[in-house]
Amino acid sequence: MAQMTMIQAITDAMRVELKRDEKVLIFGEDVGKNGGVFRATEGLQAEFGEDRVFDTPLAESGIGGLAIGLATQGFRPIPEIQFFGFVYEVMDSIAGQMARYHFRTGGKFDMPIVVRSPFGGGVATPEMHADSLEGLMAQTPGLKVVIPSTPYDAKGLLISAIRDNDPVIFLEHMKLYRSFRQEVPEGEYTIELGKADVKREGKDISIITYGAMVHESLKAAEELEKEGYSAEVIDLRTVHPLDIETIVKSVEKTNRAIVVQEAQRQAGIAANVIAEINERAILSLEAPVLRVTAPDTVYPFAQAEPVWLPNYKDVIDTAKKVLTF
Amino acid sequence: MFNENELTFTQVKMLDEEGNIIGNPTITTSDEQLREMYEWMKKARILDQKLLRLQRQGRLGTYAPLSGQEAAQVGSAYALTKEDWVAPSYRDHAASMVHGLPLEQIISYSKGHLYGGKIPEGLRILPVQIIIAAQTLHATGIAYSSKYKGENSVAITYFGDGATSQGDFHEALNFASVFKLPVIFFCQNNQYAISVPLERQMASKTIAQKAVAYGMTGVQVDGNDILAVHEVTKEAIERARNGEGPTLIEAVTYRFGPHTTSDDPTRYRSEEEVKQWSQQKDPLIRLRKYLENKGLWDETKDNQLEESFNDELNELIDVIESKQIPTVDEAFDYVYENKHDLLVEQQEEAKRFLANGGGE
Ligand SMILES: Cc1ncc(C[n+]2csc(CCOP(=O)(O)OP(=O)(O)O)c2C)c(N)n1
Ligand SMILES: [Mg+2]
Repeated sequence: MAQMTMIQAITDAMRVELKRDEKVLIFGEDVGKNGGVFRATEGLQAEFGEDRVFDTPLAESGIGGLAIGLATQGFRPIPEIQFFGFVYEVMDSIAGQMARYHFRTGGKFDMPIVVRSPFGGGVATPEMHADSLEGLMAQTPGLKVVIPSTPYDAKGLLISAIRDNDPVIFLEHMKLYRSFRQEVPEGEYTIELGKADVKREGKDISIITYGAMVHESLKAAEELEKEGYSAEVIDLRTVHPLDIETIVKSVEKTNRAIVVQEAQRQAGIAANVIAEINERAILSLEAPVLRVTAPDTVYPFAQAEPVWLPNYKDVIDTAKKVLTF
Repeated sequence: MFNENELTFTQVKMLDEEGNIIGNPTITTSDEQLREMYEWMKKARILDQKLLRLQRQGRLGTYAPLSGQEAAQVGSAYALTKEDWVAPSYRDHAASMVHGLPLEQIISYSKGHLYGGKIPEGLRILPVQIIIAAQTLHATGIAYSSKYKGENSVAITYFGDGATSQGDFHEALNFASVFKLPVIFFCQNNQYAISVPLERQMASKTIAQKAVAYGMTGVQVDGNDILAVHEVTKEAIERARNGEGPTLIEAVTYRFGPHTTSDDPTRYRSEEEVKQWSQQKDPLIRLRKYLENKGLWDETKDNQLEESFNDELNELIDVIESKQIPTVDEAFDYVYENKHDLLVEQQEEAKRFLANGGGE
């Protein structure tokens, strides 16, 4: 076991898979010699060669299209989109092509592609770098959407994503890249996609969340504990498809829930989680399920970001509304 | 058969590294104009260094320095009239500054102010474009408008060597030449797209030659030779105004510093290479030598300019830093022309939250 940051765990997952399966290829902008702008692919080109880990010309739609072609030939590409705010450039490859290929060809072609990309707010990036766009992806049948919140989860989920035969959008929150270290096993292990994780057990309220908001929610849960409330924190880990079972089980136990996401409120993951709860567990609820989200504005520039982003205080406030309903 | 090896490529050069005119070029630029361009370059260099320092002190967000590329930006933008439009990327504040963008705007943007992109009324400059090559199409649209309205204005768009790999760039060139639009595609080929060197970006010998495929004029120019840059841009503008359509200009240059303040260029560029450019091919030194040879500039003038511009910047930064940071509730105001009901509700909530000392 080694202490690793999330970015180290991600690199490690790719190293394990590059070693294990020569069909795994990594490519994107600056991923080769430079090891990625966040160093996620640090050392991988040196270790596995320029044919397997390579820089592409600067064109996201090219990167996505190349991955699709390679996938039809049995490769398992891991294209990197340098920042997920640039996903619009490769939207056709992702949503119009790789998401539909298996369906379009009656199952003839698998698309074992993992699109890796950093995203997320709170690190004062320029415009188009920080947006949480997982909702766009989750709205697209054919894609799986994974967002890890810890180094341990990141490695196990990424290995699973690489081995999965469907396209997986793997989103890495920039703020979590180096924010803390955790014991991460050496070698291979997997964490099943589509399975949430109870990050903290509790009995009074379920806080359902993912990504960087897992940590805000855990902090909120600690504060709530001091006031005598026991909060359960569920990390979705895969935001599509949802782990309905874990969500419903928790809500049936606590009878109260809030959903916390960093993304804007409109048409998001949180709304979807709440709809599922309402359809499946409404009779267990003692209060409406509320949301903590960013407001429905365009992601503001860096100076307004600290206030605009949801934080643990918002989680506490909203949780109390539900607890005292 | 069409073979790249049968094409001839020449780079337009007019000033050598010692500030001497090369050969016998036709020069339409006056010495007075060159002196003024030198001042712009010098100011751009000072501003760049100042912003880099502010960033290192944690007073600025991510910043993309332009030192080394002053001649390309100033020489081209100086050829425009105020009627012309500029569509810049994130590294083009020297060009924007020459075209009239207030320093305050440039600094505020870099500080991550909420409305750093709100260009003052009347200035024909688009906001900083982060998405690589997107602005090339926007400039094409602007040029369509100019042609449609029968205006005399042209649009110039700035982008890098890496941008030439994007579909948007190729679409822009194609649209512009099909519609014969008054647009100048000004590529600053600083030979790297972050860490990726040009030979990994494309297999063609030059960027300029891509113009041939689109049936437009292409020019490669020494981007650190401001005289040559200025002359070729003027010619392109003239062609555009005469209805002769677009031009692709490739200005070969080099960024002396990192890609942005988050980048470590020692991972992909050798020290010798950087030195070769920053010590022997500095665009400022070249023009300064030319001006000094002619008795139009000297050490004293250089120091005076440096001092007064530094003072101006310091005062401005004080003013900007003492201004109140826009609060988050302003973020609601410009999402739509008219806010929808939910947005109104959320803004009210944000106001209440802030009034209660929220976010502290
Ligand atoms: C669509 C898109 N993809 C990737 C990026 C990230 N990125 C920012 S600058 C850059 C390199 C651009 O290189 P070049 O066009 O040569 O311009 P330079 O930065 O050298 O001026 C990249 C990849 C981006 N901003 N937009
Ligand atoms: Mg470049």
